[in-house]
Amino acid sequence: MPDFSRLVANLRISKILVVLGFCAFFSLSAGSKDPVSASTDTKIEAAVDHGEKHGGTHGEEKMDPGKMILDHISDAHDWHLWGHTSLPLPVIVYTKSKGLTFFMSSKFEHGTAAYQGFKLNEKNKLVWEDEKQTEAIYDLSITKNVAAMLIAVLVLLLIMIGMARTYKARQGKAPRGFHNLIEPLILFLRDDVAKSSIGPRYESFMPLLLTIFFFIFTNNIFGLIPIFPGGANVTGNIAITMVLALVVFLTVNLIANKYYWKHIFMPDVPVAMYLIIIPIEILGVVLRPFVLMLRLFANITAGHIIILGFFSLIFIFGAMSPVAGYAVSPVSVAFTLFMSLLEMLVAFLQAFVFTLLTAIYIGMAIEEHHHAEHH
Amino acid sequence: MELVTPAIGLVFWMLVTFSLLLLVLKKYAWKPILTSIKDREETIEKSLQEAANARAEMQKLHSQNEALLAEARAEREVILKEAREIKEKIIGEAKAAAEEEAKKLIARANDEIGKQKSAALDELRKEIASFSMNIAEKLVGKELENKDAQKALIAEQLGELSKSQSSAG
Repeated sequence: MPDFSRLVANLRISKILVVLGFCAFFSLSAGSKDPVSASTDTKIEAAVDHGEKHGGTHGEEKMDPGKMILDHISDAHDWHLWGHTSLPLPVIVYTKSKGLTFFMSSKFEHGTAAYQGFKLNEKNKLVWEDEKQTEAIYDLSITKNVAAMLIAVLVLLLIMIGMARTYKARQGKAPRGFHNLIEPLILFLRDDVAKSSIGPRYESFMPLLLTIFFFIFTNNIFGLIPIFPGGANVTGNIAITMVLALVVFLTVNLIANKYYWKHIFMPDVPVAMYLIIIPIEILGVVLRPFVLMLRLFANITAGHIIILGFFSLIFIFGAMSPVAGYAVSPVSVAFTLFMSLLEMLVAFLQAFVFTLLTAIYIGMAIEEHHHAEHH
Repeated sequence: MELVTPAIGLVFWMLVTFSLLLLVLKKYAWKPILTSIKDREETIEKSLQEAANARAEMQKLHSQNEALLAEARAEREVILKEAREIKEKIIGEAKAAAEEEAKKLIARANDEIGKQKSAALDELRKEIASFSMNIAEKLVGKELENKDAQKALIAEQLGELSKSQSSAG
């Protein structure tokens, strides 16, 4: 697989880039100090002072890995590129009193300024400038995650529609080039996921399963690219996974046949057991998509946290002494590289698991013959 | 806690994006791709089936050919055998006929020879009788009075002669 090895090579290059990027980020960005990070570990603070005395050339700031990681994995109103450069994103706010408000996030000047009565709080959340105001704010901004998702979706659309066009042009011929990468995935999902889990009626669910799989997979992979347009924690955001799980929940329960409902409300157990079994079954209906939501969210977020954690090691040790920082960095990069490769596997695996479970739930919902035991 | 609180904006945009993505991909990507893959698989399946059929057909033709050849060979054997038999029969018959004919011819020839011989002997006997008569007349000089008695005498003599002759010959 030459594509794969090239990807790995690119990843390695981007890791080096990201090391440089993080160096630049932490050495140059002097702003955005908030009261929370002011109370950071005194040891690190002291070490930074120490480093400043010896390092001299660049003005290092206090390093708070926890905040850095949390900033990274949560959503933002602008897309941080490097140093002080951020990509402003559109802010769309709906409030009852003001209606729909639209402006660019650069108006907030990285959270330091208020605009049109709104400001960003220390958690990068849009709030009223006047903190006493309690009116609900519907923040429909194109945030970093929305933008990253849109980019991933656009790429996905381009790839898939392009592929469809090539298929039409090369009717009946063998797959070629990029097809060889995508087609096995499609065939795998069709034969080993849909066909085996859903049964003969799999065909009508293929679009949903394929869309879920490729949406998650693309966003997972984009999340692993450390530079723009990747790096956003889209599939590790609970809102995204919630909507995906909601789609699964609605699909499964709307297509479910009488056997499925009979299994829940009139299970093959003595009537006396109904009191226990029925609530469990109903709980199961809700829990299944709920677990789907949490699994994807937790796995992807954890991956991002681990990778960033390994990077933070460089800066934590660097804060103690520059020598330690330099000494730790190869180890850190090696670990990060390893984790990134592992995360590539996880990116596929989580997309696959989500799709497989969706297929299994659909299969359970439309199964014609009633089986008493398949938990 | 903030990490696990879904943001309304993201939920909204995700719903919109995912629904659109699903619709667009379904219409413009998955349907054509899946149809193409299915068509291709069917084509491959059909081609393989056809190839297998052709192979079976060829096999059948081949075995038919073999059978035909074997049959022809057997027939040739039979024909040759028959021909050999006929040849032998004809030769045998011809030989038998020829022998028969030869036997017949020899028998006829023997008959003829026997007839001729006895005729010749009779002739010879008559000749000898008349010669003897003539010789006796010439020897006696005159005709004997009792011709009959003489003739009987001669016949007796000749009878003895022919007897001794036949026993000798």
